[in-house]
Amino acid sequence: MAKILVFTETNKENVKTVSLEILGKLAGHEVDVATIGDIGAEGTQELAKNGAANIHCLKGDKLDQYSPEGYANALKEFISSNSYDYVFAGSTPTGKDLMPRLAGMLDAGMASEVTNFQFEGDEFQGTRPMFAGKCLCKVRIQGPKPHFVTVRPNALGLTESPTAGAGNKADVAANAGEIRATIKEIIKGASEKVDLSEANIIVSGGRAMKNAENFKILDELAEVLGATVGASRAAVDSGYAPHSMQVGQTGKTVAPTLYIACGISGAIQHLAGMRTSKVIVAINTDPDAPIFTKADYGIVGDLFQIVPILKEELKALLS
Amino acid sequence: MNIFVCVKQVPDTETKVIPNGDGSFIETNSIKWIMNPYDEFAVEQALLVKASNAGSTVTVLRVGAVHDTEALRTALAMGADDAILVEADDNIDSYMTAKALKGAIEKSGNSADLIFSGKQSIDSDCLQVPQLLAQMLNLPSVSVVVGYEGDSSNIVLKREIEGGALEVYNCSSPALIACNKGINTPRYASLPGIMKAKKKPLAQHSLADVGVSADDRRIVYSDFHLPPEKPAGKKFDAMDEAAQAGIVKEVVGLLRTEAKVL
Amino acid sequence: MEFNYTTEQQEIKEQTFKFARNEMLPFASEFDQSGEMPLTILKKAWELGFVNTCIPVEYGGVGFTSQDTVNITEGLAYGCMGMNTVLMANDLALLPIVIGGTHEQKEKFLRPFTEDYKIASFCLTEPGNGSDAAGIKTNFKEDGDDWVINGDKMWITNAGFADLFVVYGTIDSSLKHKGISCLIVDGKTAGIEIGKAEKKMGHRCSDTRGMRFNNVRVPKENMIGAPGDGWKIAMKTLDHSRPMVAASALGGALCAYDHSVKYATERNQFGKPISSFQAIQFMIANMAMKIEASRLLINKAAWMLDNDIPNTKIASYAKAFAADSCMEITTDAVQIFGGYGYSIEYPVEKLMRDAKLIQIYEGTSQIQRMVIAKEIFSRH
Repeated sequence: MAKILVFTETNKENVKTVSLEILGKLAGHEVDVATIGDIGAEGTQELAKNGAANIHCLKGDKLDQYSPEGYANALKEFISSNSYDYVFAGSTPTGKDLMPRLAGMLDAGMASEVTNFQFEGDEFQGTRPMFAGKCLCKVRIQGPKPHFVTVRPNALGLTESPTAGAGNKADVAANAGEIRATIKEIIKGASEKVDLSEANIIVSGGRAMKNAENFKILDELAEVLGATVGASRAAVDSGYAPHSMQVGQTGKTVAPTLYIACGISGAIQHLAGMRTSKVIVAINTDPDAPIFTKADYGIVGDLFQIVPILKEELKALLS
Repeated sequence: MNIFVCVKQVPDTETKVIPNGDGSFIETNSIKWIMNPYDEFAVEQALLVKASNAGSTVTVLRVGAVHDTEALRTALAMGADDAILVEADDNIDSYMTAKALKGAIEKSGNSADLIFSGKQSIDSDCLQVPQLLAQMLNLPSVSVVVGYEGDSSNIVLKREIEGGALEVYNCSSPALIACNKGINTPRYASLPGIMKAKKKPLAQHSLADVGVSADDRRIVYSDFHLPPEKPAGKKFDAMDEAAQAGIVKEVVGLLRTEAKVL
Repeated sequence: MEFNYTTEQQEIKEQTFKFARNEMLPFASEFDQSGEMPLTILKKAWELGFVNTCIPVEYGGVGFTSQDTVNITEGLAYGCMGMNTVLMANDLALLPIVIGGTHEQKEKFLRPFTEDYKIASFCLTEPGNGSDAAGIKTNFKEDGDDWVINGDKMWITNAGFADLFVVYGTIDSSLKHKGISCLIVDGKTAGIEIGKAEKKMGHRCSDTRGMRFNNVRVPKENMIGAPGDGWKIAMKTLDHSRPMVAASALGGALCAYDHSVKYATERNQFGKPISSFQAIQFMIANMAMKIEASRLLINKAAWMLDNDIPNTKIASYAKAFAADSCMEITTDAVQIFGGYGYSIEYPVEKLMRDAKLIQIYEGTSQIQRMVIAKEIFSRH
């Protein structure tokens, strides 16, 4: 049984899901949680439910907002005064920036971007993708302890019936030390849509959209998903959408995490422009449409019926 | 100003990657190497800073195997002044790499006013070296930088976080800045630049020369293997209106639990 | 024997292909359809050193070898054969100055091309004389300190944009070859009448026109070599230019090949990728063989130039073989793409249209065979 610290980010209320995924997977070890700032009742409860024994809220001057140096200094002090074998964190923008610096302070090794792991006794053994997922490999850590691990969000999944921990929450006085790179402001994400070629999720419509007005239902679905709307060449040529929205050989080549093709038959020039999408969902009335050969999830049905249901379902899930 | 840029050489994104015989790494023989794309932004930013600070020099650093010096040659052809290569296996870990970079900078005899790097390498995706190096040199660092303004006494940096939001940092030289796409548009190496690059100095060190030994290894990679084949897609018949709600619910569930994209 | 590129050659090649892929290829179709000169792209190519590769270091050039030149041309033509024609035409026009010009002429006429993006145009062909170049009728007449030019030219690349013309004419048509001479003409000289842009099958973004010289006066010091040296200079120019033009065919062929290989692995028929059918495999294999053979001939012709070995025969081998191969390869590419290949939605029909011109200009494939046969039989 190893002694493990999970670093979690908090918005003063909740914690990130990836922290809960990690906690669930660490069942059977002695696991504490540390955060900078406060965690609300709901967040505390979630952490306890997923196995957190002690929850340490590090508080101090200049720790109100993130800074790589301030957070790392505070955590280093805390970790040094406790003998943890491992420190885990989610591979979030903050985790990615903070953890290597912290590991460096302790001369410790860190396994990044782990998608799965197990313990052989007290020894960590992880799996991670390399070369943009073209390969997987095993990863072990050696050298001074604690050893650091960052885990990709959504990779482990939540544990269905986790073993609960005590969830004792306590404040810890922390010291940010010298901060040379400081945040002076945070600019909110632009509300305008991400460009197709950069989009993480794309909802795309084809000839079966019938007219330009009908693209509104795709806009609504995209709104729920934070997606960008695209179109097939057939839809663009028919005047339903501008060329700037065209996905395909003569339009934009895209590689989103999720591509939802609505009423697109899947002509080869379209497939060529989106085939590297990680997950493809196709909705089409023609069960023999070529798009289904590329789709991970194919729904044979009328997009005008399916898309509104899908929107509501996702709204319920994501809100 | 002494500006250093850390670059890595990675397999071309189009390259087919296959594990080597004993799974200790990948087959490197037939690989076409390129400069890590994020590092191109770092080189460009260094050259931009140099252009507005007369008398500055840009030194480009790389730790890796010598089989090809593409990344360093490209950086020199783009306009960097000199280059340092620390010879090492391609699969050394982030800690050793950062320590070697630190050693190479110290060995150059110049203290770094600014260090630029890419935000991550596209091959091992560890996202560690910039922060580790900054920590080892006791410098502030800002990563995933998409905006750079101001002069060395007051640099304003924009760091990209979730949902396209930006953290705006103030810092001053010396500092390490890890660049993301969007910070600039990297220039092409011009053909005259390529011809001139031939005459630029390229120093070469071993890991031992820069104070790195096998004991510095922190991470051991093994069992490189191909990911399992993507299973055939699932198709649902939802022509019948009564079945639609159930099917959509199932697909959404699969997107979350199986495909893990929601 | 050495078949590897040097590190530097490799790097030049990679940078050229990178430029071609990012800055030319994505716009090739657009300019093909509009028929406009892509001046912004051309200027960018000049800024990065891809243009006027023949200018020696002494006059501000980069100092490329002939091998570099063919590698650069291959890359640029990969991006767009039409755009490459515009760029390559500069070299065709400047080569006579490089080969036969005096120090003063080189300083005066070559250096400005290294200081700004300028366009040059090579005027040899006439309405009545294409392959029979020795029969050209454009007349150069001495008058005081000037030569006075009169005559018509046809299919002149870049004519509508040229800052400089290099014009072939005769001082006395009865002298045949021995009367042919070569003059450098400033683009703004009075009496130059530029015709309408030709509407062409391919290379549509390049500017091609007929033109007329009406009593165009050029100072005597603008003659390259002595009166009557023109033919000799033209023949030497061809030794340089034919490997280059061959390299442009190679670039176009390689582009068609890359498109074909990619498409064949993506396109499914009868439940599997068409790349699994032997009919397609054989076409692809033939493409690959012809590409490699073209490249070897081209590089040999360029290597001979770099080593001062007479290359006329090999240059013609390269030009004829690469141009004919490019036509065959691009035609097969359209075949592999099937109906899609015949549509302008896909890039290969343009390549097929572009390929045809390379069998025609800078000595037709038939003329190359005449040159080759002459070389063979003159030794027997």
